[in-house]
Amino acid sequence: MAVTEPVAPAVVKPTTTNDPQSIADQIKAKYPDAVESLSAQGIVIRRDRLPDVARFLRDSPALSFDYLNNLTSVDYPDRFEVVYHLSSISRGGAPIALKVNVNRENPTVSSLVPVYRGADFQEREVYDMMGIRFAGHPNLRRILMWEGFEGYPLRKNYHEPYYEEEHKPFGTRWDQGHHVIAEDRNPWHDNVQYPPDLDATTYKPPRDEIRTAGIENVSVTKLRTDKIVLNIGPQHPSTHGVLRLKTTIDGETIVAVEPVLGYLHRNHEKIGERNTFLQNMPYTDRLDYFTSMANNHAYAIAVEKLMGVKVPERAEYIRVIMVELTRVIAHMSLLGFLYNDLGAFYTPLLYGLEERELVLDLFESVAGSRMMCNYMRFGGVARDLPEGWLDRCQYLVDERLPRVLDEMGNYLIGNEVFRARTKNVGILPRDLAINYSTAGPVLRGSGVKYDVRRAEPYSIYDRFDFDIPVGTNGDVYDRFMMRFWETQQSLRILKQALKQIPAGEIMTGKKNYQVRVPKGEAYGRGENPKGELGFYLVSDGSPNPYRYHVRAPSFINLGTLNEMAVGHKIADLIVILGSYDVVMGEVDR
Amino acid sequence: MAELTKPEPIVLVNSEEEWLEEQVRRSVWVTSWDKVIDLVDKLYNWGRRNSVWPMGFGLACCAIEMICTSASRFDISRFGMELFRASPRQADLMIVAGTVTKKMVPSIVRLYNQMAEPKYVLAMGACATAGGPFKEGYNVVSGVDKFLPVDVYVPGCPPTPQALLYGLMQLQAKIDHQSIRDVRWYKSGEADGIPEPVLGPDIFDPRRAEEINDLTAHPEKLQARALKIQTKLEHKAEKLAEEKKEAASKPAAAAPKPPEPPKT
Repeated sequence: MAVTEPVAPAVVKPTTTNDPQSIADQIKAKYPDAVESLSAQGIVIRRDRLPDVARFLRDSPALSFDYLNNLTSVDYPDRFEVVYHLSSISRGGAPIALKVNVNRENPTVSSLVPVYRGADFQEREVYDMMGIRFAGHPNLRRILMWEGFEGYPLRKNYHEPYYEEEHKPFGTRWDQGHHVIAEDRNPWHDNVQYPPDLDATTYKPPRDEIRTAGIENVSVTKLRTDKIVLNIGPQHPSTHGVLRLKTTIDGETIVAVEPVLGYLHRNHEKIGERNTFLQNMPYTDRLDYFTSMANNHAYAIAVEKLMGVKVPERAEYIRVIMVELTRVIAHMSLLGFLYNDLGAFYTPLLYGLEERELVLDLFESVAGSRMMCNYMRFGGVARDLPEGWLDRCQYLVDERLPRVLDEMGNYLIGNEVFRARTKNVGILPRDLAINYSTAGPVLRGSGVKYDVRRAEPYSIYDRFDFDIPVGTNGDVYDRFMMRFWETQQSLRILKQALKQIPAGEIMTGKKNYQVRVPKGEAYGRGENPKGELGFYLVSDGSPNPYRYHVRAPSFINLGTLNEMAVGHKIADLIVILGSYDVVMGEVDR
Repeated sequence: MAELTKPEPIVLVNSEEEWLEEQVRRSVWVTSWDKVIDLVDKLYNWGRRNSVWPMGFGLACCAIEMICTSASRFDISRFGMELFRASPRQADLMIVAGTVTKKMVPSIVRLYNQMAEPKYVLAMGACATAGGPFKEGYNVVSGVDKFLPVDVYVPGCPPTPQALLYGLMQLQAKIDHQSIRDVRWYKSGEADGIPEPVLGPDIFDPRRAEEINDLTAHPEKLQARALKIQTKLEHKAEKLAEEKKEAASKPAAAAPKPPEPPKT
């Protein structure tokens, strides 16, 4: 079957940045008492006016802020601040920041789930990590930690069991060769701490709650049958890691799915706030471990926004080449992984992995590591390309990868069984995809032409000629095809970048372990293979970030699982989950 | 051309007893019990070492390198280990590939208990070995060996497929040296599983429940422990300071240069 090219592009023109002043004026015109203050960092909204303002911003045709990029909170000494980043799908441009101040004694904000359903998981995360309650949230429970855990870890006064000092670098742990291991510093001799009233012999953990609200009304069959709760995971070959799905089924038909997360919660943000800015770079590798180069890039963009550094030409090209190579291998592997979930075990995946190995060799020769590249620095990249690297890359991009991609397309896309299993399965309509804040191929598969590379062009993406493919149905088949088309577009970008790459510097200024980051805050984002990966950083001028938040695309995409899977069979659930391409390192962080 | 061997001389037997003796000498192999067990061990271990079936059980980043190890380039099936079983009941080896979090560890212990003997555990990567870069996190277990007996540790973050293959070869070497005389799964008595840790206000091992109760009920004991650690550290620091002073007072030639602290 001939692989159809995506519809001809109507390139979304990068618009001017959304000006906070004019937006604040428009809010004031509607709600005179709503705006507390205004700065370049964002618009501070009165707490009780938040849902009104959000609804106004979303529904007003002139503003149409219909997309909630990011929701997080910051713990200041005198207050909590909940931060919302909003942007408009049709206009593009940098997101604006709305802020709400919450007092520390009784931290409550009204929930934005009725306005932006994508707020669901993010609000739960804020509640879990910082203990801020969201009034009116349908399901406000812990999401990353378990129910019954003591404390709110991201508050500044929460100390881990192995707590040493507030900021790194610590005074040397290696005092003249005498090393004290962390276990020896803790009175329990382990990474634990208990409240004084714990009785360990009689302790009963709280019962695992099954969400049943609303399930009773759903009737998928005419037969009156009992519903069964089936646990898929956390150890299951098809959950792409340690994801657990609490599935309520009626016969074989799914009535409700609830993802249970946190089995790989590695405390990325808490550790990140203690690290220096540069020390976080290798941690971002481990977010989405398929795409470490792209993670590096997004993080470097966020910090460079704060620092105001200009990246040299050659370094920009090297970055784009690395990120696009990452996109190619991540998507090619997904083509195989989805077939894995369909039951064609391992054979199609082997084709993807074979090409991945070749690209990993390129990464290894330039960064020193296959997967965890830790390659980008603020203001450039760590090392220049070794001799002959570009030729090897050129061969892959010009000859090998397009050939293999076409071959994979020929035998994977036309497959009759594949089409039967994926067409009209797991449909996500366009408006729901936007409202749920999905990103990347999931969003574009639903027909939304939104790509951060075009909406808010970063790095040098405005120089390249490439299309943003979109799906039509928003089903699994479309999301699969998105990966295929995007790989073709990435190869297009790669060809141009390899042709244009100039010689020159790879780093602005000299290499520096301790970068000076001025006071301020920034939300930097990049188009990862999985979607929009954003970093929200608050710097207080010290060597460590005051707040370090990751907007993980897979995490927010997973919020739509229930929407897609209800009414399908269990076997389809696995395929639908596979079409997200979730990576748990990023979901749980 | 090989030389023709001489035909065996025909033995003439005089009596039936003699004949029987001769037959026994010819066809029955008399040996010691130990030698027989050694032979059985060799056969058992040969079979086991070349068909270690790992459990398809990935936790984090290391799982991707595990997948690469089983893919065409590194090809784990050269060792007879390509069969990744989804069920713990069919698996011999648990490759703990990734960060072990507190929320996950009850499931890991349950999976280990469900595996049939003989079973082995390979801790792949820095996280599974000791917590790795995430060690200081509040939700991270400092190494899976806090709960499970680990046979092989593979360092790296993540270990390359070559490193994992080397670890598996070390496991094979370990299997080679096992004997049915002393392995735990042929001992009499019912083997108890490892009790599952409980997720309370923080994770705790039921085996340590009494100690925990004792310490939470008597905060002064906990304080004493903390104080002991503190004094130990201070004592160490004082000692180091004294040594430093002494070294400074002595002529410079005598004092060896202290090792450089690793730079971040």
